[in-house]
Amino acid sequence: MSKRIEITDLNVYYGSFRAVEDVTMTIAPKSVTAFIGPSGCGKSTFLRTLNRMHEVIPGARVEGEVLLDGENLYGPGVDPVRVRRQVGMVFQRPNPFPTMSIKENVLAGINLNNRRMPSSAKDELAEHALRGANLWEEVKNRMNLPGSGLSGGQQQRLCIARAIAMEPEVLLMDEPCSALDPISTLAIEDLMNELKEKYTIVIVTHNMQQAARVSDVTAFFNIAGTGAPGRLIESGPTDKIFSAPDVKATEDYISGRFG
Amino acid sequence: MTTISQALAPGQLTSGRLPRATIPVFLVAASLLGFALAVLFAGGNLALAALLAYLLYLIAIEVAARIVEGSRQAADRRASNLIVGAFALALIPLGSVTWSAISKGMARFDVDYFTMSMRNVVGPGGGALHAITGTLFVTGAAAAISVPIGLLAAIYLAEYGAGKRLAKAITFFVDVMTGVPSIVAGLFAYALMTLIIGPNNGFGLSGSVALSVLMIPVVVRSSEELLRLVPNELREASYALGVPKWLTITRVVLPTAVSGIISGVILAIARVIGETAPLLVAAGFTASMNNNLFANPMMTLPVYVYDSYQHPGVDVQVYLDRAWAGALTLILIVMLLNLIGRLIARRFAPKTGH
Repeated sequence: MSKRIEITDLNVYYGSFRAVEDVTMTIAPKSVTAFIGPSGCGKSTFLRTLNRMHEVIPGARVEGEVLLDGENLYGPGVDPVRVRRQVGMVFQRPNPFPTMSIKENVLAGINLNNRRMPSSAKDELAEHALRGANLWEEVKNRMNLPGSGLSGGQQQRLCIARAIAMEPEVLLMDEPCSALDPISTLAIEDLMNELKEKYTIVIVTHNMQQAARVSDVTAFFNIAGTGAPGRLIESGPTDKIFSAPDVKATEDYISGRFG
Repeated sequence: MTTISQALAPGQLTSGRLPRATIPVFLVAASLLGFALAVLFAGGNLALAALLAYLLYLIAIEVAARIVEGSRQAADRRASNLIVGAFALALIPLGSVTWSAISKGMARFDVDYFTMSMRNVVGPGGGALHAITGTLFVTGAAAAISVPIGLLAAIYLAEYGAGKRLAKAITFFVDVMTGVPSIVAGLFAYALMTLIIGPNNGFGLSGSVALSVLMIPVVVRSSEELLRLVPNELREASYALGVPKWLTITRVVLPTAVSGIISGVILAIARVIGETAPLLVAAGFTASMNNNLFANPMMTLPVYVYDSYQHPGVDVQVYLDRAWAGALTLILIVMLLNLIGRLIARRFAPKTGH
C-alpha cells in the first residue's frame, strides 16, 4: 500500500526562473515526512513535483528524477493522471466540490473517472474512507447534504477522505492545517498518525510544533535571498533536527531567530 | 486642561440627526412646489414637475443635512439621493413600455390570436400563431446552433487558450462580431444560403443562421467569464484525484458554472428573439403557417409586428391592435424564458448547505 520515494538532483523551474535547486532525498514508506522552511523557499513547489501537480502552473518544468518504488515519475511515456491516482494530495484550503453532496465528494475520484462500481461497494468505500478520516460519526446521517455545509475542519477531513478513497500509495499534504482552528488541527494530526500505518505521508507545514509532533523525518528548506532558488539544507530524523541539527541555519530557523 | 476636558466632553461620538419625518415631509413639499411651479410656468408639464420636485428635494435635504448633521452625512445623503434618482430614471422607460404593451396589446390578446394565422385574413380577425411558432422555431434553431459553438469556444478560451495566439485572435474576432449590425448578419445569412441552395425567398434556418451570428459572441463572452470564475482550487482538487483534464472540465468545472451559463444563454436568446431586420431579410415574410425550417419563408413575431404596423389595411386600428398584441406576446415569451432559466439555474446552482 505504501511506497518509497527517492528524489535525485531535482530542479524545478518556472519559465527561466529556478525555484528549487538540486534536491536529493529519500522519503521512507509508512512514515510522516515534514517539509519546513520560510515562505517562498520552494517547499510547496517541491511537494507538487512529487505527483506532477506543478504542471498545472503554466511554464513550470522539472529536471531530475523522482522514483516511486523505482519507477521514475518523469520517465518517458509516464501519464501524470496515473501518477496522481497513486499519489494523492490535500491542499491548504479545504476544497470540496460545491456541486456535490458529502457522499459524492468522498466518491469523487471514482465517479469523476467514470469507474463502474456497484452502489453497495460505493457505500462501503465511502464509509471506509470517512472512518479513515475520522469524519464518519459526524456525517453519517447527512451523507446527501452538500459538502460545503460542513465546518472548515470537517471540510478538510472530507478532502482527506476523498483523497484516501482513491487508495493512493502516498499522501501529500500542503499545509493542511493552516486554515484550521487548534481543535481541528489536533484532529487532523491524530489522523496523520493513524494514516501513516498505511500510507507514505509528506506534509508541508509552517508550524514547527506540528512538524515536531507528527513527523518522523524533517527536511529543512531555505533560500539564500530573494530570487535565489530554494535548496534542501538538511534532512534527518525529527528528533535530531529539532535537538541537534548539523547546520547552523536550521538551528536558527527552528529556534525562531529568522523566518 | 481645556483640551483634555474637550476631548472627554460627552457627546463626542454623537452628532445631530434629521428627524425621521424630514424625508416624507420634504418629499411632499418638494412635489407640491415642483407641481405648482410647473403649472405656473409650463402649463402643468408632468415631466418638468417631477424634475423640479427632485431638484428641490435634493437642495432641501442637502441644506438641512449640512446644518443639522454635518458635511459627511450630507454627502452620504446626496449620493444616495442621486443613485435613487438614476434608478427611477432607468425604470421609467421599462414601466412605460410594459404599460403601453399591456394596455394596447390586451385588445387582441384573445383565443383567435393564438390559434389563427393571417392566411386569407383581410381586415379584422386573424392571429399570430404562424409568427409565434415561427419565432420559436427560428430562435430555437439559432440557440441549437449557437450554444454548442459558443460554449465550446468559451471552454477553449478559458481552459486551454491561456496566452495562446489563437485564443487572442478568437477573442478579438468575437469582440468584432459583438458589434456586427444585425442587418449585416441577415444579409450574410441570405448570401450564404443563396450560395448553397440558390436564390430563395428566405426560410427558417436561414434566419436561424443570421441570429446565430449575433448570438454566438454573447454566449462566448458570458460563458468564458463564468468559467473563469470557477476557482482553480476545484480544478486542482480534481487533478489531484487523478481525473483527466477533459473529465475535470465536463464533470467539475461546467457543473459549477452551469447556472450562470444558463442565465447567459437566456440573455443571449432574449437579445436575438426581438431582432427584426435580419429575419426580414433571411427568414422572409408569409401570412401562412410554416413548420418546416428548411423551406419556404417563415414568419416571426418581430416581423409580424413590423409588418402589421408598417403595412396596415383599410381598417388601420385592427392592424395596430394586432401589432401591439404581438409586442406583448414577445415580451411575455422573453419573460417566460427568463423564468424558466432562473428555475433551471436554481436547480443546478452549487449547494451552499444552509
